[in-house]
Amino acid sequence: MSSRMQSPDASLSLASDAPDLETRRSFLGKSGLVLSGAAVALLAGRDVLAKGNRSAGSDVNVLNSALGAELEAIAAYQVGAESGLLQKPVLNLAVTFQGHHKEHADVLAKTIIKLGGQPVSAKEKYTFPVETLKTQSDVLRFAAMLEKGAVSAYLGAVPVFDNRDLAKAAASILGDEAMHWAILRNALGDAPVPAAFMS
Amino acid sequence: MSAAAVLAVVVGAAAAKGELTGDPKAGETIYARCFACHALAYNRTGPKHCGLLGRRAGSVAGFEYSTAMKRANWVWNQQTLDRFLADPLKTVPGTTMGYAGVKDRQERADLIAYIEQAGRSEVCRAR
Repeated sequence: MSSRMQSPDASLSLASDAPDLETRRSFLGKSGLVLSGAAVALLAGRDVLAKGNRSAGSDVNVLNSALGAELEAIAAYQVGAESGLLQKPVLNLAVTFQGHHKEHADVLAKTIIKLGGQPVSAKEKYTFPVETLKTQSDVLRFAAMLEKGAVSAYLGAVPVFDNRDLAKAAASILGDEAMHWAILRNALGDAPVPAAFMS
Repeated sequence: MSAAAVLAVVVGAAAAKGELTGDPKAGETIYARCFACHALAYNRTGPKHCGLLGRRAGSVAGFEYSTAMKRANWVWNQQTLDRFLADPLKTVPGTTMGYAGVKDRQERADLIAYIEQAGRSEVCRAR
């Protein structure tokens, strides 16, 4: 039976690495280096992204589905980080990956607003199978499962965007999720990249 | 013509082509593609899949469906699920399942066979 977990409060930080993450985010915010991949496409203010574009409605639906999944991933990593089962450096990885999902969610939400939509909010509670998470490996396998699913979800979203810039941005996020999946598999001792193609 | 009527026509045409036998073991692997949004036993970004076959579309209690899915007037079975999985956005315009679909017929048959088998599993019987 699954347990229902509280979603992470916005003020709740993963204490062990919060300063590093803040430093990193601050640096990225100033440099624009990493955000350029997704954010340039999503937030550059191109006319095609303006409110009222006739194709924007379906794109908003797709973006909101992605945002919902990202928000759940953030909550899942919070559960993992607070489980007490993760040891450094695996804990650091989890915190870093959670930070990526927060960045994805932030960009997705801003893009949805830009398109005239209403971004979904994080749920008050998420359901995770915490009763099956007994070891660090259990947590890693659960995270890897979510990341693999995210890769497939973005892969399935890329072709349905009416806007090619949004498709490009989704592909950018897909690449990040795929790296998470590979590194989690590597941490588990599995082949990090088990196949030449994703589906 | 209503969406349900269109689906019935299309499903009929698909059935005329011959049904494929699904392999639940292969379907379990394909089901990993759903893990970003779905689980068998509990609602996530998408609704739970325990009890899917035989359930009216848009009817899981406590799950917030799109208006489009709530208006979908059919019961999930092998045919309706096959059609939806092939192209969710075309089958139910306005669905929040922003996914291109599972384009391979055999993969869809395998996936549906797995969902059907999983529906009889301990995980689902406990629900």
